[in-house]
Amino acid sequence: MKIPVLRIYTIGYLLFLYCPILILPIFAFNDSTAVAFPLQGFTTEWFQNVFHDAVLGKALKNSLLVAASTAVISTFLGTLAARANTRYQFKAAGPLMGLIMLPMVLPEIIMAMALLVVLLSIGIPLSLFTIILGHVLVCTPFAVAILTSAFQSLDKSLEEAAYDLGEGPFSTFRLIILPLVMPGIISAMLICFTISLDEFIISNFLGSGEPLLSTFIYGQLRFPKNVPNIMALGTILVGVSITLLALAEFFRRRGLARTGAKDSGGFL
Amino acid sequence: MSEPLKRPRFWGSQAASGLALISPTALYAILLLAAPLAATLVYSVMTDGYLTVIPQFQLCNYVGECHSQLADGTMSPDGYLGAWSDPIVRTLMARSLFVSILVTAATVLLAYPVAYFVSFNVAPSKKALWLFMITIPFWTSYVIRVFMWNVMISRTGVINSVLQGLHITSDPLQMSFTIQAMVITLAHAYAPFAILPIFVALEKIDRSLLEAGQDLGETRFTTFLRVTLPLSMTGVIAAVLIVFIPTIGDYVTPNLIGGGKIPMIANMIEKQMLKADNRALGSAIAVSAMLVVGLVSVVFLALNRRYLKGPK
Repeated sequence: MKIPVLRIYTIGYLLFLYCPILILPIFAFNDSTAVAFPLQGFTTEWFQNVFHDAVLGKALKNSLLVAASTAVISTFLGTLAARANTRYQFKAAGPLMGLIMLPMVLPEIIMAMALLVVLLSIGIPLSLFTIILGHVLVCTPFAVAILTSAFQSLDKSLEEAAYDLGEGPFSTFRLIILPLVMPGIISAMLICFTISLDEFIISNFLGSGEPLLSTFIYGQLRFPKNVPNIMALGTILVGVSITLLALAEFFRRRGLARTGAKDSGGFL
Repeated sequence: MSEPLKRPRFWGSQAASGLALISPTALYAILLLAAPLAATLVYSVMTDGYLTVIPQFQLCNYVGECHSQLADGTMSPDGYLGAWSDPIVRTLMARSLFVSILVTAATVLLAYPVAYFVSFNVAPSKKALWLFMITIPFWTSYVIRVFMWNVMISRTGVINSVLQGLHITSDPLQMSFTIQAMVITLAHAYAPFAILPIFVALEKIDRSLLEAGQDLGETRFTTFLRVTLPLSMTGVIAAVLIVFIPTIGDYVTPNLIGGGKIPMIANMIEKQMLKADNRALGSAIAVSAMLVVGLVSVVFLALNRRYLKGPK
């Protein structure tokens, strides 16, 4: 019998990828401040601490506000760029798209520092708003990537049919194109929400000290006795992220099914 | 809507419509990305003043010794070394480069078989599910993942407690605060970035080419070497660049895994920009980091074109 080396390797690799987020919930329920085997017993104490932490409540509120605003703005900007790039051919498209997609590969620290220095020199005070400005920059490329595939799978003849039947460009967009790419838009919003929720560098440097979930977690790591609380909070966060991603994937597939495209898989 | 014939003429030019549609997003990127990056470049050749940057051209933030201007307009007697002259900055730059090359090599080599497996050995209907499984960990909080590695490799952590519990080792292994630990953490963080572009390149390969190769007497392995691998090089190159460029500027891993004891260039940029309040020098270091990244990428692309006959 042939040994499926590649399959075993891939499953091993997946285990390596999942190792940290699989170990996380185990110790979130472990009745010991030390994160080590053997396990000491079951407790929900750490989760109770999480739910009763006032600063954390504030951080959660701030993070949700930032993530929701980021998701809406980046998806709107992403829709415009993806539509322009797939529907029209123009010379400036290449360089402009390059600039828009640049944050995907640019080290975040460089972006954060450049933005920070400029904001400070023109006198814009740091706040949740400046964090949103930075997050939109980071999330827009992902929205563009998802929406580009959504727009590409559109059949152009549907649009032409609408024109032939007397609709203008705006009503065609609203009545024909928007419903078809809606799943892509929802998927992009969910992804942007998730990225913003987990983003740390920009939240850390462009914020005014107002806590966000990621900066709160980072700040707690200095105190070993708080580690189990962080594991409980991390378990919740990872759970939320995975749920949002599963939803995003569901909408992405539904969008592809709706336009009759072949599923090539993956977000990017 | 009442004049459907005029509309297409008004919107007639592709360039006009495209530009109009993309302009909000492009403007956003120009104002909040291109302009700040340009400002960083400009700051890097100016004089440092207390909490500000004085518009006086100089290159000493890069080479030689520089003096800050004090609040009363005189120059500080204590100078500081420019980014390329300062041995500390050079050490950190070399370390960042070394770590990111190691991470890139490890990530891409480990990722290739996974991408190959999903592209060639998985039924088409299940590919999307596999890719989804691969990308999930990537979308969960980076800080949490880095923190989990820290917890796992610490002296009293998960891995040591398992090794000692099974009597494989008697003393705890020192894994924290090492470059190896940083490389593993970063390779873990960027894995999907490497798998996806390689997968896309593999998917595009015409399967009949592989049959042709074997019909012409190649073994499976030589077919892979002479057909599959060269055709998938576009994906490998994309993976290398997409892992290498962000890794060199990583900030969280040196702090949490290196314990602040093995700083990289990002930590130096932060230190100069914020704690030392020398935005001119901080900008010069940031620009230098980007130059190094750009230079290495160009050399990599050139070598690749020269020796592997890969596309540009």
